[in-house]
Amino acid sequence: MEATTPSRPVPLAAEPTAVPAPAPPGAVPARPAFTTADLTADFTRGLWKENGVFKQMLGLCPTLAVTTTAVGGLAMGLATAAVILASNASVSLVRGAIPSSVRIPAFIVIIAAFVTVVDLAMNAFTHELHKTLGLFIPLIVVNCIVLGRADAFASKRPLPRALADGLGVGVGFTLALLALGVVREMLGFGTVFGTHVLPGAYPPFLLFVLPPGAFIALGLMLAAINRGQARMGA
Amino acid sequence: MAGELALIAVSAMLVNNFVLARFLGICPFLGVSRRMESAVGMSMAVMFVMTVASLVTWLVQRLVLTPFGLDYLRTVTFILVIASLVQLVEMVVQKTSPVLYQALGIFLPLITTNCAILGVALLVQQKAYGFLQTLTFAVAASAGFGLALVLLAGLRESLALARVPRAFQGNAIVLVTAGILSLAFMGFSGLVRG
Repeated sequence: MEATTPSRPVPLAAEPTAVPAPAPPGAVPARPAFTTADLTADFTRGLWKENGVFKQMLGLCPTLAVTTTAVGGLAMGLATAAVILASNASVSLVRGAIPSSVRIPAFIVIIAAFVTVVDLAMNAFTHELHKTLGLFIPLIVVNCIVLGRADAFASKRPLPRALADGLGVGVGFTLALLALGVVREMLGFGTVFGTHVLPGAYPPFLLFVLPPGAFIALGLMLAAINRGQARMGA
Repeated sequence: MAGELALIAVSAMLVNNFVLARFLGICPFLGVSRRMESAVGMSMAVMFVMTVASLVTWLVQRLVLTPFGLDYLRTVTFILVIASLVQLVEMVVQKTSPVLYQALGIFLPLITTNCAILGVALLVQQKAYGFLQTLTFAVAASAGFGLALVLLAGLRESLALARVPRAFQGNAIVLVTAGILSLAFMGFSGLVRG
């Protein structure tokens, strides 16, 4: 989980147009279609500024459903990140070939194919986890974040930028789920990843691992973020 | 038979409410619950599409996927069926009933990525329901979705007049409210076993 490029100072380039104009044959392009600064920006944007869960309130069904434990949150995040990365890459590669009127169904089929791959692979290699996450693995197909990135970003950008964006959004989603999973498991069971972290005197607050606790925990985290940002902004 | 269907209906609508206990369809639940009118429109659209989609996917599973041993294509097939069905419903409604289209029109495209629809289709397969059971399950589940959505819309209309602490303004207070609503729905869990 590290940035695609080290954070050494890079000359800031002007934001390039979405699709570089086709160069006349034989001509040398004046400048590359993207710079390392673009890639870094694409990666970091998804981490926090456009975080699907905390900033855009997207993909909340799996977020709320599988975060009763930290492991569940982490696994769901990684599975979704894998799908975002793969679908972003594929959509970017075929972006010239799909007419815009049928692009959404086409993207959904691409995404569904990768979700099936992840579903079957998890069933084969991590069977217990697959049973815990259950219905929500096939439901990655309808996670708005995945389709959103494919349509809004990857379908208009070259492969490296789509990959950087997919990685950033995927890692951002995973971290959000992990954070919610850690908070809920800690408050609900007194453990994190199965290890006791709170003193034995703490009575486990079971509400936080029940469905209402998911809404309340995420609501409280959003309020904490709002307050932190107000502090920093003021 | 009737008793079993009643059990399925109560369980899907109240005890295991799709939104508040199963976390399916959260995006529209939070997205269109700002105003009562849009909440009612969305509920109607979901009820319609969910019922049709679950029956069609049930038929597809029974007539195509199972006979040809294509179970591993279920996710791809179902989402395609649902996406094209939503498109078809939109076109039919637009042609036949302009009034209905005005009421539901803007909600129909959003429904493709409503995970409650695909969720119902997949759950029906998991539970190996028959045709009547599927119909009951889909109607009850979408009624439960509508109930939760309309309740939250009512709460949010009152919340708009309340003085909310600054940190909780926006989505935070809505989530906490939904949590309390979910807590209230847990009271139904004594109603049915299983």
